[in-house]
Amino acid sequence: MSAVERYLTLNSRDLRLELEELYAAYAACLDEERFEEWPDFFVEQCLYKIVPRENFERGLPLATWLCESKGYLADRVTAIRKTAVYAPRYVRRMVSGLRVLGWKEGMLEVRANYVALETLQDELTRVFNTGQYRDKLVVEEGRLKFKEKLCIFDSLLVPNSLIYPL
Amino acid sequence: MGARHVWPPEGISRIPYWIYSDPEIYAREQERIFSGPSWSYVALEAELPRAGDFKRTFIGEKPVVVVRDQEGAINVVENRCAHRGVQFCQKHLGNAAEFMCPYHQWTYDLKGNLIGVPFRRGVKKQGGMPADFDPKNHGLRKLKVARRHGVIFASFASDLEPLEGYFGPSMSALFDRVFDGRELRVLGYSRQLTPANWKLMFENIKDPYHASLLHVFLVSFGLFRADQPSKVQMDATGRHGALISWRGDQKKTEDHVDMKSLIDNFKLQDAALLEPVREFPEYTVVMTTLWPNLIIQQQSNTLAMRQLITRGPAAFELAWTYFGYADDDEDMTRRRLRQANLMGPAGFVSIDDSEVMKFSQAGVGPYPEGAGVMEMGGRDWKDEQHMVTESVIRAFYSYYRQVMEI
Repeated sequence: MSAVERYLTLNSRDLRLELEELYAAYAACLDEERFEEWPDFFVEQCLYKIVPRENFERGLPLATWLCESKGYLADRVTAIRKTAVYAPRYVRRMVSGLRVLGWKEGMLEVRANYVALETLQDELTRVFNTGQYRDKLVVEEGRLKFKEKLCIFDSLLVPNSLIYPL
Repeated sequence: MGARHVWPPEGISRIPYWIYSDPEIYAREQERIFSGPSWSYVALEAELPRAGDFKRTFIGEKPVVVVRDQEGAINVVENRCAHRGVQFCQKHLGNAAEFMCPYHQWTYDLKGNLIGVPFRRGVKKQGGMPADFDPKNHGLRKLKVARRHGVIFASFASDLEPLEGYFGPSMSALFDRVFDGRELRVLGYSRQLTPANWKLMFENIKDPYHASLLHVFLVSFGLFRADQPSKVQMDATGRHGALISWRGDQKKTEDHVDMKSLIDNFKLQDAALLEPVREFPEYTVVMTTLWPNLIIQQQSNTLAMRQLITRGPAAFELAWTYFGYADDDEDMTRRRLRQANLMGPAGFVSIDDSEVMKFSQAGVGPYPEGAGVMEMGGRDWKDEQHMVTESVIRAFYSYYRQVMEI
């Protein structure tokens, strides 16, 4: 049985467990600032966007953060590591309310809520960004990877700068 | 002004730090600059295409509503009910036949005229407004409005010069370069709250000196370098300014020794971000600052209005409206959206700015007795054919001091 067939025939409980594990691993990768590993959660031809909810709801195409390929994700990591100037911070992501919408055209559609908490050195921890993941996953190299990940955020007024991925 | 508000004797080559944190100065700015005889940017006409379309925004910290009426005219009114001051409009954008304050349902037409007061004649002959109460005297306060090629400006002052004279010839020409009369298309919004005084944002965009040093990303990809052809331009008053640059032949030269941030072998894995097409004549980048609240961004193919909204002495909101033209093809729209990655709260380039502005406020706020040294390129202000200068910042403060009388 191929990996794709295995996933297609997984019962919903097992699929859900795999997804819970994947989303936990994704958050941990970013929370622990292992940014170099982040692009590997995606397939080569992918789409990653962080979009203000007002743009999303009005059908306006502008994203606050747009990556149209895995290479693009890697470029963002290079910027975080080498070019961007910013104050030290911790960001912790909470993912909950995972909903598996099912397979559609070979892609697994998943939604979840997320909250990103930001801690700066001289300030109390604050809710930095919150919103919904709207994701499409495919099977590659025997495991589920993101083909598309949209972070639609409610927190329209961004507290200064969005540096680390969500 | 108190004794502590004495500008250093060196004049505009020093910027006293009390101007970034003092509540008295902030209050005076609201009164003299944002509510004074200046044209503040409020909206693009493309945001309000139909009758009844409105946008809720701010001038300084004062809430206003921009609305298109049934005749197609644009009105700007205070977002404050004439009755008890309630900020009646709470949606960023929308469409309405009239505005009704939720508190006592006073109702206004799209020009701001009061057209309804519940229980005006009382209930069962009891109560009601006095017989001589005239709704004509209780409309929303209307601001003066000026439009140029799809861009809307407003002013609290009743007597001020027309927009063309206000811009002056050099700024009008740069303005018309992007706003040439073509219909605009809004691509989206971005909003950020920066914990810094609003003037630090203007200083940043009026300062070409920092760009080739702070912005490693820009420098590494040759998007902006101190050795590329460039100039700075101002209007006759110094209140408006523009940083202009274009692509030239750049080689690694001795000047780069000072640019420690240059990474020679840095390559993007996905180069689509940096594939602009020549769209405007002559210049590749024009960043225009228009007194008192607007930055017009033309960085290659990414176009945006950055509107400054003050939130107290130590914070400002930057409201970005990205746009293109109604006749853009798909490729051009995609290019604009890709290059938007350079700017905004997550911009490859502007992250550096918003973070550094915060660091600035953290340094100048607790030391009001200190002063910044603004001597790069001289101590006066004038147009220059290079970017190794703080001339545009000095020009800004030259005008600022006149308006503020400090």
